[in-house]
Amino acid sequence: MSAISHHPASDQPRLGTVRSLWRLRLYVGRSTPAFAFSALAALIGQLVALTIPQVLESMVDGPLAGGDPSAVVPFALLVFGLGTVEALMYGLRRWLVVGPGTRVEARMRNALYAKLQDLPVSFHDRWPSGQLLSRAVSDLGLIRRWLSFGLVLTVVNLITIIVGVGILISMNWMLGLVFLVCSLPLWVVGYLFEGRYSEMSRRSQDQAGDLATAVEESVHGIRVLKAFGRGKHALSTFRAQAESLRSTEIAKAKLDANIWVWLILVPAVALSICLGLGIWLAANGVITVGTLVAFFATATVLAWPIESIGFLLAFSLDARTATDRFFEVLDSENEIVDPEAPRVLGEPHGALSFTGVHFRYQDSPDRFDDLLDGVDLDIAPGETMALVGLTGCGKTTLTALTTRLYDVTAGSVTLDGVDVRAFSREELRRHIAMAFEDATLFSASVRENVLLGRPELDGDAAEEVLHEALRIAQAGFVHDLPDGIDTKVGEEGMSLSGGQRQRLALARAVAAKPAVLVLDDPLSALDVATEARVEAELRNVLASTTALIVAHRPSTVMLADRVALLEAGRITAVGTHSELLRESEHYRFVISSLEDEAEARPVQAGAAARPAPADTDGPGPDHHELRAPQTTRGAAS
Amino acid sequence: MSVTGVQGEERLDYTKAESREIRRRSVRLLGSLLRPQRAKLWLTAAAIVVSSAAQAAGPAIIAFGIDQGIPALVEQNWYPAAFAGLAYLLTGVVGAFLIAMYIRLSARIGQAILIDLRTRVFLHTQRLSLEFHESYTSGRIISRQTSDLDAIRELLDEGLTLLVRGLMYMVFTAGALVIIDPTSGLVLLVALVPLGILTRWFQVRSQALFRRSRVASAQLIVKFVETMTGMRAVQAFRSEKRNEAEFGGLVEDYRDVNARVLGLFAVYNPGLAFIGNTAVAATLVLGGFRVVDGALEIGVLLAAVLYTKRFFDPMEDMAMFYNGYQSASSALEKISGVLEEEPSVPDPAHPVDLRRAEGHVGFEGVQFEYTRDRVILPRFDLDLPAGQTVALVGATGAGKTTLAKLLARFYDPSDGVVTLDGVDLRELHPKDLRRAIVMVTQEAYLFSGSVADNIALGKPAATFDEIVAAAKAVGAHEFIEGLPNGYDTDVNKRGGRVSAGQRQLISFARAFLADPAVLILDEATSSLDIPSERLVQEGLQTLLADRTAVIIAHRLSTVAIADRVLVMEQGRIIEDGSPADLIGGSGRFAAMHAAWRDSLV
Repeated sequence: MSAISHHPASDQPRLGTVRSLWRLRLYVGRSTPAFAFSALAALIGQLVALTIPQVLESMVDGPLAGGDPSAVVPFALLVFGLGTVEALMYGLRRWLVVGPGTRVEARMRNALYAKLQDLPVSFHDRWPSGQLLSRAVSDLGLIRRWLSFGLVLTVVNLITIIVGVGILISMNWMLGLVFLVCSLPLWVVGYLFEGRYSEMSRRSQDQAGDLATAVEESVHGIRVLKAFGRGKHALSTFRAQAESLRSTEIAKAKLDANIWVWLILVPAVALSICLGLGIWLAANGVITVGTLVAFFATATVLAWPIESIGFLLAFSLDARTATDRFFEVLDSENEIVDPEAPRVLGEPHGALSFTGVHFRYQDSPDRFDDLLDGVDLDIAPGETMALVGLTGCGKTTLTALTTRLYDVTAGSVTLDGVDVRAFSREELRRHIAMAFEDATLFSASVRENVLLGRPELDGDAAEEVLHEALRIAQAGFVHDLPDGIDTKVGEEGMSLSGGQRQRLALARAVAAKPAVLVLDDPLSALDVATEARVEAELRNVLASTTALIVAHRPSTVMLADRVALLEAGRITAVGTHSELLRESEHYRFVISSLEDEAEARPVQAGAAARPAPADTDGPGPDHHELRAPQTTRGAAS
Repeated sequence: MSVTGVQGEERLDYTKAESREIRRRSVRLLGSLLRPQRAKLWLTAAAIVVSSAAQAAGPAIIAFGIDQGIPALVEQNWYPAAFAGLAYLLTGVVGAFLIAMYIRLSARIGQAILIDLRTRVFLHTQRLSLEFHESYTSGRIISRQTSDLDAIRELLDEGLTLLVRGLMYMVFTAGALVIIDPTSGLVLLVALVPLGILTRWFQVRSQALFRRSRVASAQLIVKFVETMTGMRAVQAFRSEKRNEAEFGGLVEDYRDVNARVLGLFAVYNPGLAFIGNTAVAATLVLGGFRVVDGALEIGVLLAAVLYTKRFFDPMEDMAMFYNGYQSASSALEKISGVLEEEPSVPDPAHPVDLRRAEGHVGFEGVQFEYTRDRVILPRFDLDLPAGQTVALVGATGAGKTTLAKLLARFYDPSDGVVTLDGVDLRELHPKDLRRAIVMVTQEAYLFSGSVADNIALGKPAATFDEIVAAAKAVGAHEFIEGLPNGYDTDVNKRGGRVSAGQRQLISFARAFLADPAVLILDEATSSLDIPSERLVQEGLQTLLADRTAVIIAHRLSTVAIADRVLVMEQGRIIEDGSPADLIGGSGRFAAMHAAWRDSLV
């Protein structure tokens, strides 16, 4: 249960911060003027704020020095007026970006979701959902805040600082220059800070993602953890991950603390020198008291923009990290895409063929042969083909190739003679429906789950298909749920047993009324009686539908017209169940059950040597034999 | 309606009393989290007080410099000017280093609290019974531990720093203003009235919106995670477009409520600036007349203006983190609810040790029900001698799994006792219980990590050889060797590329390695192919030879290795006997067995 980080794209050369953030323009698009106007409003507000000290200067040197009380009120009114403008601009700055900022976030979130749904299953095999979630939620929220405030304020504060320092210099070049020179170390420190903070912020975001994955696993795997009493063990792994996140966060805080030391110390040094110098200049009559007052008032206005630079810098770096993580997904190349000119089948016949099909997983080491190593198999329209083979021999993978959940690495899969890659995925998956062994139900009603493949149906037609599918899959239990077929199931709803989920998944595949039905061991979790009833119903459906059924049991095989045996990456035999039983040793090994041997042995031990499978009528002669240890593995062969 | 634990968590209409109750429990939780950090908290508080005081001294020193320094210097007296310059420098140095200290300390405190809280929730989640997990759903318990903890992290990270520092800064600034010029202090006091009204308006409006915002984000997250984890089904049934529409709707809801929140800020913050600037203008008027009259020094007026202006500075940030505070406190409320949930299968207060279990299991007068009128297992007695292998058969919903879960102590009986070697399971030390009784279920969950790690879960101290031996014993060795990196292969994300049957084999190896006195197999071979099942059954012959076993299987092949068969129907054991006797009889099992054999051909 060790932690693993997934950053498949981290070996790409990293773009500079500015270039990386520049990519966001794709999503800002038409909203650009809004952001520009917001920046303009912010700038006007800041400049107005900078003129207030000028008014103070005139006031101190004019009416206050001259003892003219009548001028006090007009000056104060002027300050009030400027202050009002500043507040208005401030409001405008925020108002302008409320809509555009949130819309950019929404646009990016929808784009990410759409991309993730478009990416093939192989991508999702590699990326834990926790990592994807942190991209979709917190990263995008951060980017929105940065666009609306971070970016605008960075630009505006920089301009304010430049203009402010200019004003300071124009008041008195010596004072202004001292202030400027003393503030310079901030930029150096800020630059050094950049690299380290960026790295650390990425690390902490990744670690948080891994921690979220650990939490998910501890909840989804709770039955296992409880069964083995391994809560403590899981906790120690979790603790270790949480601890490493903590040390990253503390290291981050140390960096943060250091930059704050500089951010406060540097202006303090600058101002203390300016204070001493200013007093000296004023005492010598070089500047007026009003100028000195204005100088400090201006410096106060500049204090926040200067201090904020550190925060904004960190903010921009976080935003850059978030942007990189977003594009890491968006830039992932999708190997399974729709063709430019997709073929269209009106009424498919349902002829499914595999020709020289090879498949290997990308990360499979060279020393292994292809998992599917030249599969040839033809399934005629309306025929039901069972696919039999040992666990892990590639049966499930083979079924996944039919709807392009994965693509063949060589050879082709065809539907009615047309390569499946020539169809749009939408069209292909309308003709071929699948039921997976681990049945996934979504947090929706039973009805929605079963009719997932038939969005076009409504009203009575939908009801009819729904009830028929539920009947075929023997899923009558849904009527006993609290809200019947409207009961919410899935993660957020009622929890159902494995067998119940499997039956709903089967009902879903049946309800899709496809030309080709692909079922991956669809009855494994059912009890014998239910399985028999489902099989009886399925027979009617399969009479008219092409089907490929992964089977582990003789009972499932019996549904099929023919059986294909998958062995070492190839189809080594095709025929009826009895033909294969007769002809293929491997088939007998794979499909003949233990019980046949148990039954067979006492009979063979008796007088007449009868061929396997054994006679199954009536109870065996000696029931103790049932418990005899079966130690000979190949007895059936 | 009660609000104890997680009940009514999604409700929006708490009564006053209920809100108070919920708040009280989350404050209790907060207190227990803060207590271990007391010493550091005091130190931090001291650092904030001194640094805020130092920062607040700035304008007063400038005022002193202008009013005393300039006239003194004109008379060639350097001391006041030099004093002002140095004092200003000193406040800067003290302020800077104390703030740095404060940031480090608060990060340490925040992280310590977080890790404490994370651990508590994690542990508690693990302690809560399966019954709780089945009704509370995994999505919700995960968001308690991720998004809710994130909300608290955000507050601790930056929010609290800004909130506390801002507050102290305001207090000291106001204090300094009153000291240097009480009249200007009066202006500030008057300004507090509109400030209070505006802030109250903001608070009331934002509270409702923040709540909606959290609901909207939770819905968004659920939909997202579900799509990602169910991607195969999503693509196979072409629900991408419909999902996009639905997700787009959720995104828009979330966007809308966010925009409303931001709209509030767009009124509140400029409002603050307006009040601040008006106060400055008022200070100027009141101060200006007095300067003209000679009743006030110019430097003091400057300081008063600076103080008045600065007073409002932190308000904005504080308002921004009011949001953080809100979501953190509601997160804390929900987390405290989860922590308040009593495990319905609690650890014993005085655990009885059972170092070496024999495996003798007894059910004495056991009854299990969800509610009075939903009895799942009516009262029954059952004795399983040590070493016996029992097959449990019956239709889906007959109560087989419930019986097994009682034995594994996933549930406790509503009445009666389940015993192991005569000891009530509820009294047994959890460590001994889990070592003695292991249940393997149909859904063989694999954790991220290597195959070896996953098998070692059965016995964390196992050597690699032991792991391999376990895999060999259940016939998993060959396929594991065939994986890209053998035993070190990563079984990514929900078992990714390991097939369902292979997962079951790994989980079997896990159980084999755990070597329990009582082994419960609930449909544990359902996805295996026949040769694998044959191997497993062979393995079981040795594995089960000296231990008690309860095997639930739909396929009656399992019966072959059982000493005894229990047939269940509607929660009752209707037949109990050796397989031979039952098959030979005319009961339920004889009929099932005949039907099953027909299906084999």
